[in-house]
Amino acid sequence: MAAAARPGPGVDELALLEKLLGLPKGNKYGVQGERKVPVLQTNNGPGLTGFMTIAAHLVKQAKKDQLLGSTAEEKAVVQQWLEYRVTRVDGGSSKEDTRIILKDLNIYLEDKVYLAGNIFTLADILMYYGLHHVMVDLTVQEKEKYLNVSRWFNHIQHYPGVRQHLSNVIFIKNRLYTNAH
Amino acid sequence: MRLRVAAGGPAALKVVAAAGAAAAPVRLVWGGPLERPLAPLISPWVPALELDSGTVLFSPNAICQFFFLARGEEPTDLTNQWLEWDATELQPAAAAALYTQLVHGKKGLEAVEALGKLLAHIEQNLSRRGTAYLAGDTKSVADVVVWGTLFPVLQDQTSLPSELQALRTWFQSMTLLEVCRKAADSVLTPKALLEFKSYLQKQPPPSLAMERATSNEPEEEEGSEHVLTEEEITAAADAWARGAAVLPKPWQPQKPVLPVEGMRNILITSALPYVNNVPHLGNIIGCVLSADTFARYCRLRNWNTLYVCGTDEYGTATETKAVEEGLTPQEICNKYNAIHADIYRWFNISFDYFGRTTTPYQTMIAQDIFQRLLARGFLLEDTVEQLQCEDCQRFLADRFVEGTCPFCSYEEARGDQCDKCGKLINAVELKNPQCKLCRGVPVVKPTKHLFLDLPKLEEQLEPWLEQSWATGNWTANARYITRSWIRDGLKPRCITRDLKWGTPVPLDGFRDKVFYVWFDAPIGYLSITANYTDQWERWWKNPQQVELYNFMAKDNVPFHSVIFPCSLLGADDNYTLVNHLIATEYLNYEDGKFSKSRGVGVFGDMAKDTGIPADIWRFYLLYLRPEGQDSAFSWSDLMVKNNSELLNNLGNFINRAGMFVCKFFGGTVPNMVLTPEDKRLLARVTLELHQYHQLLEKVRIRDALRCILSISRHGNQYIQVNEPWKRIKGDEKDRQRAGTVTGVAVNMASMLAVMLQPYMPSVSLAIQGQLCIPLDCFILSHDFTCTLPPGHRVGTVSPLFQKLENDQIEALRKRFGGGQPEDLAVEPQAKQSPPASELPPAPATLVAPSDPQLIQELTEEVAKQGNHVRQLKANKAEKTQVDTEVAKLLELKKQLALAEGKTPEVPASKGKRKK
Repeated sequence: MAAAARPGPGVDELALLEKLLGLPKGNKYGVQGERKVPVLQTNNGPGLTGFMTIAAHLVKQAKKDQLLGSTAEEKAVVQQWLEYRVTRVDGGSSKEDTRIILKDLNIYLEDKVYLAGNIFTLADILMYYGLHHVMVDLTVQEKEKYLNVSRWFNHIQHYPGVRQHLSNVIFIKNRLYTNAH
Repeated sequence: MRLRVAAGGPAALKVVAAAGAAAAPVRLVWGGPLERPLAPLISPWVPALELDSGTVLFSPNAICQFFFLARGEEPTDLTNQWLEWDATELQPAAAAALYTQLVHGKKGLEAVEALGKLLAHIEQNLSRRGTAYLAGDTKSVADVVVWGTLFPVLQDQTSLPSELQALRTWFQSMTLLEVCRKAADSVLTPKALLEFKSYLQKQPPPSLAMERATSNEPEEEEGSEHVLTEEEITAAADAWARGAAVLPKPWQPQKPVLPVEGMRNILITSALPYVNNVPHLGNIIGCVLSADTFARYCRLRNWNTLYVCGTDEYGTATETKAVEEGLTPQEICNKYNAIHADIYRWFNISFDYFGRTTTPYQTMIAQDIFQRLLARGFLLEDTVEQLQCEDCQRFLADRFVEGTCPFCSYEEARGDQCDKCGKLINAVELKNPQCKLCRGVPVVKPTKHLFLDLPKLEEQLEPWLEQSWATGNWTANARYITRSWIRDGLKPRCITRDLKWGTPVPLDGFRDKVFYVWFDAPIGYLSITANYTDQWERWWKNPQQVELYNFMAKDNVPFHSVIFPCSLLGADDNYTLVNHLIATEYLNYEDGKFSKSRGVGVFGDMAKDTGIPADIWRFYLLYLRPEGQDSAFSWSDLMVKNNSELLNNLGNFINRAGMFVCKFFGGTVPNMVLTPEDKRLLARVTLELHQYHQLLEKVRIRDALRCILSISRHGNQYIQVNEPWKRIKGDEKDRQRAGTVTGVAVNMASMLAVMLQPYMPSVSLAIQGQLCIPLDCFILSHDFTCTLPPGHRVGTVSPLFQKLENDQIEALRKRFGGGQPEDLAVEPQAKQSPPASELPPAPATLVAPSDPQLIQELTEEVAKQGNHVRQLKANKAEKTQVDTEVAKLLELKKQLALAEGKTPEVPASKGKRKK
């Protein structure tokens, strides 16, 4: 059968997010279960479990609630893409899964600047972190094939404070494979 | 806003309930699965909420969240945590449990078992917090979401274990809510559930990340394997139950084999091996063995098949060889034709006829094609400058002239090519040319020749090629080579030669000339068939009924894809043209090339002297058939493949299956009561069988062999897991299980025998004999059926393969060269020995190899002495000293050769050929 599932989104990404949000260091994390689900230790109670949950909690802690969307619709869309991120992007391990994800996103982003339409949200940040290892490995031709994903990704990686130590993924402005679909 | 829901789909439940609970102003649109799921493409059964803004939500949890947000209920850390847990943990497990319920028909607690840990998680949270609902004392989005995921699996709280008291109470109170009850009634109607069930049956079962991580199945080498659907499993069980009676009867063609109306008529040729040399392993896998495997497969499919081949005997190489060996060309041909035929017989090549090109039919058919081309204006006449030896009264074609290479000044360049720099040479450009026969100096004289007008035939060639490529299986390299030939532009090709040994040109002014071999040789396919049956035209002038497969190595492609089809198209006599052109890449030997003159590599006549059975050679050559890319023969790999794939995998399985029948059931196949696990195995085997057919129909012979090995791997695993040797000692139920496993395994072995027949005919026959497989079952269908029913008696079962030992393989590697360092040491001496080609072919009777211990010792000594000699040379030692040590080395090698049971001349022949 397929290789064991990749470990879930990790504590590293939450540390990146903390830095991006300008939060002071000091949160303590653990992991739980086979999928290594992150757990945020709190003073009272059993702590918060789950990548999406902790990320949303950090955003509120930093008082940047606009990153979770302003209207009900935006909030639901952000929720949806965070869920997509933890179930699909982190769950898929095969090449075929990755291809479907890129294809889905490429269609979705055709008429959008950000995942939630016109506003930059937590969904963009976490999707960027989740797809970084995929985008790094794409060929020039594949980047052109998923043109909308590439445009979006390039935009997010240049958003102040997002990229941090992650490598800059290069996109070529001129199209090379005009007939490739 | 519109909420589109597919009734029956489990995810519909929570969104309908949430819409109700939040009193959202939503218009429900009921439907079945979406034909074109809204982007992003998730699943046709997933609901979609279309907002007035045009935004579409496709995540059930996000839709529920939206309804609660819209009426002002903001998510909290706790509700977020429940929603994330539901999406990542509970939903996948619930989907798997639902699948086992609907598709496998598991009921109640059994189906809920898989959810155990997750249900306990809810119970703990509820009881620890002591709240009525998941995220507090009031209902929230979390309750609707989690309930919506659980309800399709649980239906009511009675299927919950009674110790989960808090969970039971919570679940019951949720289920009793009016919005929830209404949602369940409208979504989970019996009709909609049926539809959802039939959808699920076509899907692979959902797999759980957690389960995968702890699975005991061995990891597959290449990604994930195909997941079986219920339909496939049912079909495989049905096919099994129908038994051998449903197999078509093997069809025995009349002799001679002729096309039959209404049948698939397959004509197979393999490139005609040139007569003046002994074929090496690369030649054998490139043409005759590949074609043989395919021909055997075709016959097992009940396709009416004719497989012909023969030696290509005309041409200058034969003439020069005859001069070398002091024989007439015809004597040379007779001698080598017999050598070829012997080698192929040993390799068990199932030609319907193995002929030769030096026959009256060849003259008749070649001249007929020539006359037709002439009459239709496809031949041109031109004058070329050529060297003529005035003493011998002949033009000196190609290899009849030698001189100094105009490029690198090598003094022994031949008329067509320089052996040193490898460049092609036009004979008139040679400096100081010499007639090879009389050593006289030739003069340049004009001579008339005939040319095939390929540019004029191109307009016929292209549409034919297009059609053949569209309908036939041409290997990628065949298409590529052909395309590049045409792209470079076709030029007229000379079809005559100033030689005597060939088919005479029947035209005044050319009667002292013969046809050039490339024009003549492919016509050999027709003439060889004519020597097999006088009704040869029913094969060769019958494109409507006959499918033609040409097998060759890639260097032969242009002759079969361009030049020969042009001859036949121009001759315009309704010829059968190639439909499937199957070209292999090259097989290398260890790290280099096969070389007769350097004695490197295994040649056809030596393979049998290695003591390794022909079927093992066939297996290994087919296993590494250069399909798609070059491959390399390696002795150690041969040993590894024999010991791992044949001995431990295939042989082990077939032997165990047979032994169990003999030992535990007195040689009689026992009764079988198939469990779902057995049926899955049948489906798995059927899948491999289908793959095998698919690959062989595309002539991907090497890849299809992997399917056979996969089946036996499945079989070994099956036996290992079920342990019939333990169960046979158990109670009634265990003994029945042992019987079933043994019966299924021995039937797998029976089918493997048939599938293996194209690859290893002798082993196949041995299995047939051991298991007493009825001959009527030697047929390949797409079903894996029970051919050895309960009560069938098997014969005596014995091991099929033998282990190859390291010592044995090392000795063989040394014996057959392949760039071993000590070969270089003997080179200076070896030059005095006769050229390799003049050695008599290895005698058939050889001294039996003596004990391995001695061979090992000698091998070590040879290596040691070789090192010593090299060192002396490196230190520029005196020549006399070197010579003495070299003589010692040669003596040791001779002893080693004798110990290994072969003629001692062989090591000496490793030297370079010297003229």
